[in-house]
This record gives sequence, C-alpha cells and structure tokens, in this order.
Amino acid sequence: MGETILRTEHLQAYYVLDVYGTQKVVRAVDDVGLDIRENEVYGIAGESGCGKTTLLKALVAAIEPPLRLMGGKVFYRVRGQEVDVSSLDAEAKRRLRWEFVSYVPQGSMSVLNPVIRVKESFADFIESHTEGKGKREAFTMAQEHLAELGLPANILNAYPHQLSGGMRQRVTIALATLLKPRLIIGDEPTTALDVVVQRGVVQLLKDVQKKLQNTIVVVTHDMGVQANIADRVGIMYAGKIVEEAPTKTIFSAPLHPYTRYLINSLPRFGDKTPREGVPGSPPSLIDPPRGCLFHPRCPHALDVCTRELPGYTQVNAGHRVACWLVGEGRNG
Amino acid sequence: MDKVLEVEGLTKVFTLGSVISRVRITATDHVSFYIRPAEIFALAGESGCGKTTTARMILGFEEPTSGIIRHNGQVAARHEKVWFTRGIQAVFQDPFGTFNPLRTVDRYFFATVQNYGLAKSRRDAIDLIDQKLRAVGLSYAEFAGKYPSEFSGGQLQRVSIARALMTNPSLLIADEPVSMVDASLRMSIVNLFKELKEQFGVSVLYITHDLATAYYVCDRIAIMFRGHIVEMGPVEQVLTEPKHPYTRLLRESIPEADPDKRWASAIRLSDLEREEYLGQGCRFAGRCPEVADLCRRQLPADVVVDGVLVKCHRYGELAGHQPPP
Repeated sequence: MGETILRTEHLQAYYVLDVYGTQKVVRAVDDVGLDIRENEVYGIAGESGCGKTTLLKALVAAIEPPLRLMGGKVFYRVRGQEVDVSSLDAEAKRRLRWEFVSYVPQGSMSVLNPVIRVKESFADFIESHTEGKGKREAFTMAQEHLAELGLPANILNAYPHQLSGGMRQRVTIALATLLKPRLIIGDEPTTALDVVVQRGVVQLLKDVQKKLQNTIVVVTHDMGVQANIADRVGIMYAGKIVEEAPTKTIFSAPLHPYTRYLINSLPRFGDKTPREGVPGSPPSLIDPPRGCLFHPRCPHALDVCTRELPGYTQVNAGHRVACWLVGEGRNG
Repeated sequence: MDKVLEVEGLTKVFTLGSVISRVRITATDHVSFYIRPAEIFALAGESGCGKTTTARMILGFEEPTSGIIRHNGQVAARHEKVWFTRGIQAVFQDPFGTFNPLRTVDRYFFATVQNYGLAKSRRDAIDLIDQKLRAVGLSYAEFAGKYPSEFSGGQLQRVSIARALMTNPSLLIADEPVSMVDASLRMSIVNLFKELKEQFGVSVLYITHDLATAYYVCDRIAIMFRGHIVEMGPVEQVLTEPKHPYTRLLRESIPEADPDKRWASAIRLSDLEREEYLGQGCRFAGRCPEVADLCRRQLPADVVVDGVLVKCHRYGELAGHQPPP
C-alpha cells in the first residue's frame, strides 16, 4: 500500500436546521477518522441515513448550508504535499476538482445534460478544466479517452436518453476520469443498476484503477459489490465508522454485531436457510441514543453499552472495531 | 390444476417516433405463464426486458396488443375491474412514490374499505385495518394519523403491502418491492412474502432483477430478456443449473459476498437497447458467447428440457430437439 492520499481527523459534519424557531442538529458525520492510501480501493458500507453521502460531501469539500463542518479536518496529499482542504479558497478547490479529485454520482440520468449530445458534455468539462483546448482538440481527447476505456466512440453523438442506464453510468465514469485524477469518489455508483450492468460498471472502475494506479473511495450498501471491488472496507453506522478492516477480514471474521448482520443477511445460492435483516430501524441522528449507537438493536448489548460510547480496539494490524464486546476500546 | 393467474400469448407493441421514422418495439412478445395458489413466482431480468410492462398489463394499466389474461379461470373484461382488482393487488417499487406525501397513510386504507365495501362501520374498518397491519408486523395505533415521511422506507413498504392485503387478494403483484429498500432491511420484506404465502395462501408475482432474493423466496421463476421468456421452471433448477446462456450470465453476475470469489472474466454489455429489441433472430445473439449462425437469423422456439422451458437454439433446432406441442 502506498502513502496516505486522503486523511481526516475527528471529522464532524452536522446539518443545522431551523424548524419553527427551534434549532435541530443532525449529527450526520460524527468523529470520523480515515486514512486512505494511494493505489487502493476503499469501500464505505452502511444503510441509508447512516451519513455515507454526507461524509463524501465533506471529503470533496462540497459543504454547503445547512450542512456545516463542526470540527475536524480533511487533508489531501497533492504532489507530495499535505494540504488542509478547508483552508483553500473556492478557486483553489475548483482547480483540485477533476484534476486531483473527481466524483461519480449515483443517478447518472441527472448528471448528463439531457438536451445536449454527450460530446458537448465532454467539451464542457475539457474547456472548464484545461486551458487552451478548442472544440476539435476536446473531441479527439474525448475519443481517445473512450477508446482507452473500451467504450464505443459512437456514443459521443448520442443524447443521454438514447443510452441505456449502464452505458450512461459508464459515460459518467469516463467523464470523471478524463483528466486522470489521483482520487475518485463514487457515491453508490452501481445502485439502481441491474446485476449484469452493475458487473460491467464495477469492471470499468477496476480497469480504471489498475490503469491509473490511483485511489477509489466507493460508497455502497451492497456488501456483494464491496466484496468484489474494495481492498479495505469501513462500516459506517449512525455517522461513525464502527469497524474497519481489509476486505478479506471483514468478510471472514467480522467482529461488530452490525457488520455481522450486514453480511449474514445476504441470501446465498445453494442455501435456503431463513435469513434475517437487521432488527429495528436506524437511530435518529437528531436525538441519538446514549452509549453505543447500535445498542437498541444489538442482541448482545451489555450494561456498559447503554451508558458509554465505545472507542476503537485494534484487533490486528489494520482491523479496528468500536464495540464493548471486543475490547475496552481505550486505544483509539 | 388451479391457476390463480394465467397469461397466454401476451404481446405489447409500442410505436415510437413520428410518421416518417416510425419504430415498432415489441416490449413483450407472446409471454405465457401461470401462477398456482400459494406460490411465489418470480419474473426476473434486467431493466428494459419487459417485466414491468407485463405487470402493468395484468393490472389493467396498459391494454395488451394481443393475448389473454385469466384470473381464476375467467377472462377479465374491462367493466369487471372491481372483481378483478379485489383478487389481484399491487405493491410498487418506491413506497415514497406510492403514497401522496401530503395525505396521511390511513386515509388510503379507509378509501380501500369504502371502494370495496369491506366494513359496515368505522369500528369494523379499524379492526380490519389493524388485523392487516398486524400481518405485516405493524399496528393501527402506531400508524394512525401519520404521514409517509414519518415512516422509514422499510416500514412504508410494509404499510403498502398491508394496504394491498385489505381485499384478501389471492395474488399480489410486487414490482421490484425491495430494490429501493436497504440491503439490511430487504430480507424482512422478502421473509414477509414467504409468511403471507404460508399463513394466508397468498400467491405473489415477484418482479425483480435480484436473483439472490428470488432464489431465496420463490418456487418457480421465469427469466425475461427483451420481451421474451427465455427460461422458466422451478427456481432450484433454473438458478443452480442455468441452461440459457443469458440465465448463466445473470447468475454469474450476482456479486457474492465473498472476496475470494471475484468476477474473473470480462463481459460485454449492450450499447443501445433498441438494437437488441429490433433484432431478427435470438435477441441475445449479439452478446452470447455460444452464438451460432442460425441464432442471428431465426428466433428460437420454446423447448422443454428436464421440466424447464428454454428458448435457445442450442436446445432446439441445433440440438435436434422437437418443440413442445
């Protein structure tokens, strides 16, 4: 594994809402520390409403009210130098985007402009992020890039609605990787696609990563996709990372009860034994429970779980868990 | 043999474009299947394969170009909608799209009671609603007067199922009921269908692209591709020993939660759906790893192999089999 490329320290991002004069605070991301390296695929998994998308917003420095950065910092390592992202001005951030960090969103239908051809979207991107490139040059650049990714060139002349959902999503990935960014952040890039297309998109992301030797942070609740693409996985629950380990360890020896639920609830072929989902529903992030946030749904909850929030326990190199069942959690 | 629903030669042709450049797309092409009482039948395939169009025709939202739909052996005429919808109810994909966000959910239940004349007094109606909600693991007290936004996605999908159960239907048509629900909550919804089948004898037409849950919950399955059913039979057989190359591709493409079983081979995706729809021969010919010359020219016939229906030349003409009578 390479050097750190993206690092966060005690990151806290809250939504501050004014509802009829009373202030409501949604603790969407609470005390998250990540250390993501060069040349790896880092997966973030968790159910909807656990703060995954908010975390990504903080990572790409796209924080806008009502979301507020309450504490902590995000660092990028740009050309060998660590940069505190929150200290940059808007123009500096804009420069970093697409050249250093790029973003693949979920709904590809709403990403591409429906009334212009795909090639014009490409030209738009190229014009706003590189200097002195004409339409013609931009077009050849787009063609070369598509050929590199193994996508047919004739899609450049199509309108977004003429492409299938899978092709649209791959076009979005092609756009995001056009300037060979060092860091790609994908927010549920395969959700809402069917299995065959999903496989194609995962294949493309892996190809891109191999070619550019860069870093991909991929958020998805689908553990099957995580198993297929990620090198390391962080499990997020109610705004916190509750377990983090190399993918093989997460699937072979999950320690947090929530992680175990996530993995064991998946149906498998050749095995029709009854499977259960996670009981109960996710906690409110406005008024989170005391102690460990998972304790109301946890079948193994102890007394201490209802009182105190567990810290991290380092189980092995690279495997940390925040759970009272595993350790005292003092060394995190 | 009893059949809750029987569909025969269901065809729907959509016409696209203007007068000059008219394109006719056959969204479903002679689709035939049946569902027995207390059976979960899956209709699986990728997006744009015609599975939702089939469901919409069964529910009467779309007029079939040709074909017959029978419910309990009787053909549903247009003016007999009430009789028909009493027996067949629907659960949709997005529970937040199902309910009007500005209307409390209980009003939908009372409306159903009124539309079908299910209860004589408000007291009776509440009892009936409570009974149906309990069948899905909720209760009237925790649901009365609430707006859709006050429920989680999983809960609201349960509410939607309870609403469908109000008329004591013999068949539920569930169009992608879990694809908007989190993976961790999916199983509870899927388990619910199983319970309904076992306890109340409700049949379910489970429309999905998620073969893993289909395998887990269904009795029989039909795999659809570009308007045709390409393979149909008991779920165990179809998914553990898939015959049609497309079923095999689908089966292999399910991401397994096991980092040691990553996909090794690369696959080809369709670039433009339209081209596959407009093809002459087998619709899968353009992507099939075992394509023969005949496949590009001629649409394969349905062949029954070991109790499984397959629409593939490898089991038909190329193999010298006879099509079923």
